[in-house]
Amino acid sequence: MGRKLLLDKAHVENIRLYEVYRREGGYRSVEKALKSMSPDQVTDEVKKSGLRGRGGAGFPAGLKWSFLAKPEGVPRYLVVNADESEPGTFKDRYLMEFIPHLLIEGMITSSYALGSTTSYIYIRGEYAWIVDILEQAIAEARHNGWLGKNILGSGFDCDIHVQRGAGAYICGEETALLESLEGKRGNPRIKPPFPAVKGLWGCPTVVNNVETIAAVVPIINEGGEEYAKIGIGKSTGTKLISACGNINKPGVYEIDMTISVEEFIYSDEYCGGIPNGRKLKACIPGGSSVPILPANLLLKTAKGETRLMNYESLADGGFASGSMMGSGGFIVMDDRQCVVRHTYTLARFYRHESCGQCSPCREGTGWMEKILLNIETGKGKMSDIDLLWDIQRKIEGNTICPLGDAAAWPVAAAIRHFRDEFEWHVNHPEEAQTRNYGLAHYADPLVLTA
Amino acid sequence: MPVQFSETALAEVKRLVARYPEGKQKSALLPVLHLAQEQFGGWLSTETLDYVASLLQLSPIEVYEVATFYSMYNLQPVGKHVFEVCQTGPCMLNGSDEIIEYVWEKLGIRPGQTTTDGLFTLKTVECLGACGYAPMMQMGKHYREHLTRDKVDQIIAESRK
Repeated sequence: MGRKLLLDKAHVENIRLYEVYRREGGYRSVEKALKSMSPDQVTDEVKKSGLRGRGGAGFPAGLKWSFLAKPEGVPRYLVVNADESEPGTFKDRYLMEFIPHLLIEGMITSSYALGSTTSYIYIRGEYAWIVDILEQAIAEARHNGWLGKNILGSGFDCDIHVQRGAGAYICGEETALLESLEGKRGNPRIKPPFPAVKGLWGCPTVVNNVETIAAVVPIINEGGEEYAKIGIGKSTGTKLISACGNINKPGVYEIDMTISVEEFIYSDEYCGGIPNGRKLKACIPGGSSVPILPANLLLKTAKGETRLMNYESLADGGFASGSMMGSGGFIVMDDRQCVVRHTYTLARFYRHESCGQCSPCREGTGWMEKILLNIETGKGKMSDIDLLWDIQRKIEGNTICPLGDAAAWPVAAAIRHFRDEFEWHVNHPEEAQTRNYGLAHYADPLVLTA
Repeated sequence: MPVQFSETALAEVKRLVARYPEGKQKSALLPVLHLAQEQFGGWLSTETLDYVASLLQLSPIEVYEVATFYSMYNLQPVGKHVFEVCQTGPCMLNGSDEIIEYVWEKLGIRPGQTTTDGLFTLKTVECLGACGYAPMMQMGKHYREHLTRDKVDQIIAESRK
């Protein structure tokens, strides 16, 4: 049984309420930071912890904090990215829904380190009921003196607001998020300047994922060095994994990053194996954007080593035979599933979510969707497979933000590892059509009849 | 009838604007559009968008470009109950196609359509972050998860009451 740092109290009855959370040791990190540490000492602990951004990119959080510009007389902001929209990912939702005070506590401590007196949570618009939960937690924290003016007599002021998005995956990209928070379309900005220099309303800003900020709480409580002892190599601490697809126990699991992928899928402590006696076919281990791996490459690396649930091991072999930890959205497919069909749904997703700024992404995602739909419904040609490969290659690396890469990688990996399945669709058009009843009919939205 | 927020809604707008620094009231645009959609029958007409623009001292185009960008804003009338069924990969693996087909069959509306009695709209949407509880749909402020045909029947019956 691995150690839990974030969800260890998630099942305590009424942990959502301030009194219960406080009784269970909540808000100690704020006390410790504000009473006995300087802001830079807090940042140093986060650096020592080796904590890597939990949103998907895995960039060291302490380093990101240290880039924050601190010009005299200019406000600085902490913005929490709760726009969780990467298909397969629902860990932040779980954390905010069940233990909201952990995020609020982490935000106060982090705001102190960064010198942010007004911090924002940007949450995806669909999580509407969680907005209420967070606002309740913020009101409780304020009522009990953890937010507001001169917190704990330290002279530090802080307030937190929750901003609701309105349905746009792209707003998970940090500069698109800032645009959206400014009341604009979520078009990513050209970098540099990075948000650490010019962020929200042109002021220095740190944008961190929900889980990253929550992890600041145990880091401050126990010390960065202690935190770094958990895990392995550069994968320190614990990671939330949201597991879904064809498994017996879908849900959110906190793992220490030393367990194997095989244990994670088959152990009763985690996913509990594949239902109905089916076999594992493939898995997308880090959210829809990362490369899909066939079962053999998922459980063992190309060198035959056991693959572990951490940043380095999941990426072992590069894109040729590895994948990525990404956001921790773990999507499992059993042997009934069709990789072409699944890839088509992802291509449709990226076409829908492309902001339209860069032509390779705006046009390319649409082409990939159409070609994949053709192949999936038995109307594809053999040359379409090469065409798909060519399109994804021309999107990758040619866009302002990583959505282009995110759209290209799943298509590339599906062709790389499952080319035979694409060819089967081309060679068996009738079977492909009958198996996928209906699909083609509701691909195009229709106008209202009312 | 001219578009006009209630006193309560106006107070809410004021509270929202106060969350940002002086002169940055544009930041309140997304939340105010959500509020307007709730207040004015689940969708945003051009009149509503113009009203929001005047309220936040923005030019109408600034509001139009935002309203057309985000998928949660309905720019056409919708039914009283909107079924927003997720169809992305993880939900598809767990049978979302069948759920969409079933709602379609049951209510006689395709994705994007509204029943003639104005009671139901069916929409297909992309990932809502409920992949472990698939298949699922959003109804108003809440998620309905682990959908089955029986559960869809139940939801439709509930909504008709």
